[in-house]
Amino acid sequence: MLSSYQESIAIFLGVNVLMAFSVYVPTSAGLISLGQAGFMAIGAYASAYLTSRFTAFDVPFGLALFLGGAAAGIVGVLVAAPAVRIRGIYLIIATLGFGEIVRVLFVNFEPLGGASGLSGIQPLTTLSWVVAICLFFFVFLWRLRSTPLGRAFVAIHEDETAAEAMGINLFRTKLMAFGGGAFIAGIAGGLYAHFALFIDPSQFGFSKSAEAFLFVILGGSVNPLGPVAGAIVVTLLPEFLRFLQDWRMSFFAVLLIACAVWRPGGLISYRRAAHP
Amino acid sequence: MTALLELRSVTQRFGGFTALDDVSCSIEAGSISSLIGPNGAGKTTLFNVISGLVMPSAGSLGFNGTDYTGRRPDEIVRLGIARNFQQVRLFPALSVIENVMVGAHLRLPRTGLLDFMGGPFNADRVDRLARSIATEMLDLVEFKSAGDTHPQQLTLVDQRRIEIARALASDPRLLLLDEPAAGMNPSESNQLGAIIRKIRDLGRTVLLVEHNMRLVMAISDHVSVLSAGKVIATGTPSSVQADPAVIAAYLGNV
Ligand SMILES: Nc1ncnc2c1ncn2[C@@H]1O[C@H](COP(=O)(O)OP(=O)(O)OP(=O)(O)O)[C@@H](O)[C@H]1O
Ligand SMILES: [Mg+2]
Repeated sequence: MLSSYQESIAIFLGVNVLMAFSVYVPTSAGLISLGQAGFMAIGAYASAYLTSRFTAFDVPFGLALFLGGAAAGIVGVLVAAPAVRIRGIYLIIATLGFGEIVRVLFVNFEPLGGASGLSGIQPLTTLSWVVAICLFFFVFLWRLRSTPLGRAFVAIHEDETAAEAMGINLFRTKLMAFGGGAFIAGIAGGLYAHFALFIDPSQFGFSKSAEAFLFVILGGSVNPLGPVAGAIVVTLLPEFLRFLQDWRMSFFAVLLIACAVWRPGGLISYRRAAHP
Repeated sequence: MTALLELRSVTQRFGGFTALDDVSCSIEAGSISSLIGPNGAGKTTLFNVISGLVMPSAGSLGFNGTDYTGRRPDEIVRLGIARNFQQVRLFPALSVIENVMVGAHLRLPRTGLLDFMGGPFNADRVDRLARSIATEMLDLVEFKSAGDTHPQQLTLVDQRRIEIARALASDPRLLLLDEPAAGMNPSESNQLGAIIRKIRDLGRTVLLVEHNMRLVMAISDHVSVLSAGKVIATGTPSSVQADPAVIAAYLGNV
C-alpha cells in the first residue's frame, strides 16, 4: 500500500493532470488560456461551500464536484463569448486578466472567507475519486479526437478559415472548447479543496495558471497523453530533485528550453513528415 | 431553366482597389459553368464572396431563390455551397480520411457537449458514418493512396483531389472549384474533366475557375470571362473563344 505521503503526492498529481486537461481542451482548438486557476478557484469555492457550509441538506460529494465544475464551465462560456472573437496574444492577455479578476473577487468576498480563506472543508477527496475522475476524462478526451467535435477543434487549430468554409461554426465550437476546459478546471478545484481542507485566493494565483499551461507546453497537445506526461514530469520531478533546493525552478526553465529545441511540439508529439 | 446561384451587382473593394466591379451573373442548376480571366481578374475574390469568406461591399447573393447576403461561411455550407481552395488548405494534423470527414461535419448527428457526456461510446456509430461518406468521396475523386496518410506526404495534385473530396463530403448542390487542374499533366486533367462530369451527373452544379483552356472548353456548358473585376463576356465555350473583347483582355495581359 501507499504511505500517506505517497498517497498525497498521487492525489496532487491527479489534480494536476486534470488541470493539464483543462488547458489541453482549449489548446486543441487553438485557444491559449493563462487563466485556468480562476476556473479552478470557482470550482473549489463552489463545491466546498456546498459540502461544508450549505446546511439545508447534505450535498453528496460527487454532486458538489459536478456543480463546482458546472459553475466554472458556465463562467467559462460567459467569459469566452467575447474572448474567442479576439486572437493570439490578446486572448492570452484577456484570460490572464480573467484569472486575476477572479482572485481579487474572492479576496473581497467575505461570505466565503475573503482574503483569510475558507477553512474546515470536509476531507472527502480520496485517491479513488481522483483516479476515477482522471480516467474518465482521459478516456473521454481520447475518444473525443475521433468525433466530429474533436476534429472540428483540430481543424480550427490548424486553419480557421478552411474550418468555417467546411461548415464548422467557429463561435459555437470555440465556446465548447473553452467551456469544456473551464469545467474540467472546476472539477480539479473541487478535488483540490476537499484535499487541502483550507483554501484561500492566493492558492489560485497566476503561478497556478502558468503551471497548468506549462504541463501542456512541456507534454504536448496532440492527444491527452501529452498533458498527462507534462503533469507527471512537473509534479514528480521536484520530489526527485530536492537536492537542487532553490535551483529547482531554474531546472524547469532549462528543461523547457531543451524541449523547445528538441521537441517543439512537446514530449508527446508528431514527427511531421517533410513535403515530398 | 432555373438559376441556382444569382449574383446581383456584386462589388468588392479592398481599400481603394475595386476587385469586383458590379458583377451580375447566374448559374443554372445542373450545369458546369466556368469562370475564366487573366491573373488578378478577381475570380478567387468572387469565390470568397459566394462562400461568405468576405462580405461584398455592395450587391446581393441569391441561392435557390433566397437572398443569403451576409450569412456566415458555415451557414452557406449548410445552404448547399462548398468549395476548394486555389492555395491548398488541408489540415496537416489530420489524416487524408479525417480531412474529408471534416467536410461531412454538417451531415453528421450533432454531438453537443451534453449528449456527449451521455455517451462518448455512441461516437462509434457517428465515426462509421463519417468514414463511409469520406471513403465514398475519395473513391469518387479517384484518390488511390491510403486514407491514413497525411496530406503533406502527398503530391500537390493528390492534395487538390482530397480538397475536392472534402468539399463534396458536405453534399453540396453547388461545388466551387478554384483551379483544380493547376499542376496537372494532360492525362491527369482529362481524368479530372471526367470526374467533374461525373459530379455533375450526380445532380450537382459545378462552377469552375480554371486557366487550363482545354479542360474549360471540353466540359463547360457556359463560360463567363472576368477581366479587371468586370464580366466582359458570357456564353457558350465557342462563342466566348471567338469574342474579340476576350481575345483583347488576354492579349493585353501578356
Ligand atoms: N483580401 C484582399 N485584400 C486586398 N486585395 C485583395 C484581397 N484579395 C484579393 N485582392 C486583390 O484583388 C485582385 C484579384 O485577386 P484574385 O485573387 O481574386 O484574382 P484571381 O482572378 O483569382 O487571379 P489568379 O488567376 O491569379 O488566381 C488582386 O489584385 C488581388 O491582389
Ligand atoms: Mg485565383
